[in-house]
Amino acid sequence: MATEAQILMALQEVKDPEIPVISVVDLGIITKIEVGENNSAKVTMTPTFVGCPAIKHMQHEVQIAVEALGFDTVEVVVDYTTPWNSNMVSERGLQQLKDFRLSPPKRHCGTISMADLENAQCPNCFGHNTTLLSPFGPTLCRAMFKCNNCGEGFEQFKAV
Amino acid sequence: MQSLKDFLYTIADDNLILGHRNSEWTGLGPVLEEDIAFSSMAQDKVGLAYQLYQLLHTDMGEGHPDKVAFNRTETQFKCCHLVEYPIGEYDFSLVRHFLFDHAAFARFDMLTKSAYPALAQLSVKVRGELKYHVLHADTWMKKLGKGTEESKARMQTALNEAFPLAMGIFEPVDMEQELIQHGYFEGEAVLKERWLASIAPVIEAAGLKLPEIVHDKTSYGGRKGYHTEYLAPLLKEMTEVFSIDPEAEW
Repeated sequence: MATEAQILMALQEVKDPEIPVISVVDLGIITKIEVGENNSAKVTMTPTFVGCPAIKHMQHEVQIAVEALGFDTVEVVVDYTTPWNSNMVSERGLQQLKDFRLSPPKRHCGTISMADLENAQCPNCFGHNTTLLSPFGPTLCRAMFKCNNCGEGFEQFKAV
Repeated sequence: MQSLKDFLYTIADDNLILGHRNSEWTGLGPVLEEDIAFSSMAQDKVGLAYQLYQLLHTDMGEGHPDKVAFNRTETQFKCCHLVEYPIGEYDFSLVRHFLFDHAAFARFDMLTKSAYPALAQLSVKVRGELKYHVLHADTWMKKLGKGTEESKARMQTALNEAFPLAMGIFEPVDMEQELIQHGYFEGEAVLKERWLASIAPVIEAAGLKLPEIVHDKTSYGGRKGYHTEYLAPLLKEMTEVFSIDPEAEW
């Protein structure tokens, strides 16, 4: 029977469809993994944003990935017992976002202040002299910025 | 508990209907960023409504969220009049968004301490998201309030129109006292005070004037199923596809 660590490893292969370089694990949306009796497993996950349109898709992908490990019953639950925040993105996840040319969310101490939203690092020239154009972007988890240094527009994975 | 059900329906219905109104800006926004902003907020609000209908479904035996959203009559909706109004010009939509989202932020901030655990957990999440809605609204209130003579005049006119309607946000459900006693919610009166304290400094910074409230119950009725003439056509449009085949699997 597969262990919890093996499930975690398998879930590294399940990516966020909107940012296909980061896994659901590094994104921080897997909040609990339990291996139970009678060869069963239960995975609990939570969406980055309440209205996230990709959560059903990811729930399905997680189901398939865990079933592939040979469990007889697999349950994948979506709930808010551990609400997601951007601090739950792993260090590796932050690097993957950068490589994807998204400015990563700043680490914060629970509540977001204006300072957390300003001066996002430009993923092109790495400068911090940037302006928030809009707190909304092409997906719910992104904001739009302009870099005053290199002149490029870029997106930030929002701190929440 | 009926009062808790009613309470969840009021919040869910407000969000579903305003979410629908916000989505009417998709493709029409005055600039691309604003088109995207209103579309994103629409998505957040409809998503939130869905989660609240889900709570009503799983914890209180109400219908499936899709059925509840698309298969109720006008009088079964408990939304306030403010969210029903057509999008109008961009000034009205912005001011409505400003007034509503400050109230929503204060409401969900309160609800993080609710004695109903599933609602408290959801509220932590929602509060974080609403911060961006409030930031967006405040930015535009200040930008346009301090823009040209025309933009200032239009924002003030929109504020004068929307402000009395916003009183309807705080129409309490029947037996609200029950909610307060159980620690589910601190009550609309407390919420309204917090809301006023949070909007007043922004309105001042925008160089606008907070309208006086002459009679704060003129826009009541929504929570009891009495709506403006704008809700019925909205529901007709929103449920058009659903009505073609209510049993279809999506």
